[in-house]
Amino acid sequence: MIKRALPVTTMTLLLIAAWYIGAAWLNWPQAEEALVRAGHPTGFGDVLGQAYAMKRPILPTPVQVLDELWGSLTGYAPSSPRNLLFHAWVTAEAALTGLAMGLVLGTLLAVGIVYTRTLEASLLPWVIASQTIPILAIAPMIVVILGNIGLTGLLPKAVICMYLCFFPITVGMVKGLRSADPLWLDLMRTYSAGRLRAFWSLRLPASMPFLFTSLKVSVAISVVGAIVGELPTGGQAGLGARLLSGSYYGQTVQIWAALIMASLLSVLLIAAVRGLELVLLGRAGAR
Amino acid sequence: MTSPTSPDATSPDSRPFDSQGAAPRPAPAPTVVEARKLSLVYPTADRPVTALSEVDLTIARGDFVSLIGPSGCGKTTLLRVIADLERPTSGAVAIEGMTPEQARLKRLYGYVFQAPALYPWRTVERNVMLPLEIMGLAKAERHARAREQLERVGLSGFERKFPWQLSGGMQQRVSIARALALQPDLLLMDEPFGALDEITRDHLNLHLTQLWRATGKTCVFVTHSIAEAVFLSTRIVVMSPRPGRILDVIDCDALPRERTLDIRETPEFAAIAHRVREGLKEGHSYDD
Repeated sequence: MIKRALPVTTMTLLLIAAWYIGAAWLNWPQAEEALVRAGHPTGFGDVLGQAYAMKRPILPTPVQVLDELWGSLTGYAPSSPRNLLFHAWVTAEAALTGLAMGLVLGTLLAVGIVYTRTLEASLLPWVIASQTIPILAIAPMIVVILGNIGLTGLLPKAVICMYLCFFPITVGMVKGLRSADPLWLDLMRTYSAGRLRAFWSLRLPASMPFLFTSLKVSVAISVVGAIVGELPTGGQAGLGARLLSGSYYGQTVQIWAALIMASLLSVLLIAAVRGLELVLLGRAGAR
Repeated sequence: MTSPTSPDATSPDSRPFDSQGAAPRPAPAPTVVEARKLSLVYPTADRPVTALSEVDLTIARGDFVSLIGPSGCGKTTLLRVIADLERPTSGAVAIEGMTPEQARLKRLYGYVFQAPALYPWRTVERNVMLPLEIMGLAKAERHARAREQLERVGLSGFERKFPWQLSGGMQQRVSIARALALQPDLLLMDEPFGALDEITRDHLNLHLTQLWRATGKTCVFVTHSIAEAVFLSTRIVVMSPRPGRILDVIDCDALPRERTLDIRETPEFAAIAHRVREGLKEGHSYDD
């Protein structure tokens, strides 16, 4: 523990120092100008103090961001749109729905690819091609098309998440379903087990470690997908909407607070997947 | 159908030749495996490889037959053909009068592979219960059989462990218990102890011969250890590569049916081992 604590602390301190230097450097001209306009003295210490206390800085200091985050989390009820927990929940809801949809789609595609040679040849190129389209370009299209057939709110965002999520799951599951040792397959044959039985008792459990690796990637990009999905809707709620309104009004501190919240959400969801993996695979996975 | 009686009704004690030592057999035991002019040719890029060439072999009920020979002599292939894991190019095999496929579908044999091949996500007990689940046995019956077989291989108390928590020898014993749980008449074993150290191997050989005597099963055992083959077998089939064929079939009637590690010091043991070695040497004459 101590061996790891020292480098981690050192690196964190270096990053914070770099952040403060950057904030001073970027906010300096604005701070100096503001002081001159107000007729205040412009010594080094005065400008530095002002650079760290701007209302709309180019780069806010960590303390300003944490202050904003803390104020938002503790100053309002969790159901209030001024509380970031509210927005984080809206985004998480879309991300998790999209992840569930991506899990179903990705697994079905993988099963099709593993069991049908024609599907492997015909489907795989399209699966790969789907990921070469920038999500920022296709997200508004998905919102428009689904909105046109009367689907708004959570679902368009979830579809965007699914679009991003299914790919790592398909790739991981194709590898996982094929990971069964030839001897394990021979064993199934000596028991005269059918294909369905071999799938449930052998291929599927053998693929689980691969699935969880994919899920950890997918859950993180699902959060990104949900945020991107909240931008074109001009949504009132969600971390994406919060980022958008922050940038409309030049509220950089608000944007940074929402960014920190988004990364905390991703970390939490990845930890949840890891926890689920430990519970489900548990000691069997501890090789 | 060669045997009208149900296999479980034939207890080892009721067989005519179960008396100890080299008593002459009054009546031949019924045939379990019969191979006639069995050949298997693998097509490869440059030229076809003959894994088995015109192999004739008869294995009687209650026999412990070892297939011995250098790598590439087709001993594993022969075992896999009996198990319907490979199809012969020509010739025929009958198991209890059935084709290998029929025998496999009726789950007449248990197969033990070179590696334990345990499913790592299942506990020891659930590994042994896997074939029973596929057979569709009730849960209570599955538990009872798994416990019985694990006790038989000396692994009571390890039911809830995962394979990686066991040593290599213990894992291979689990895989033997798993094959026995099917209650097959025929046990096919492909170098099951090949990857183990000699001390563990001696121990497991002793265990296996006791198990064989207690259950009266027919065993076909692939090995490349002469000592192991002589120690375990009632008959030894010496094979040679390129093309895979049978050179010699040696009866081990000179040795008692009940075996302890001491018999390895007897002149009878040495004589049989010598004959096996001579057979293997003959097979190697192609080596210039």
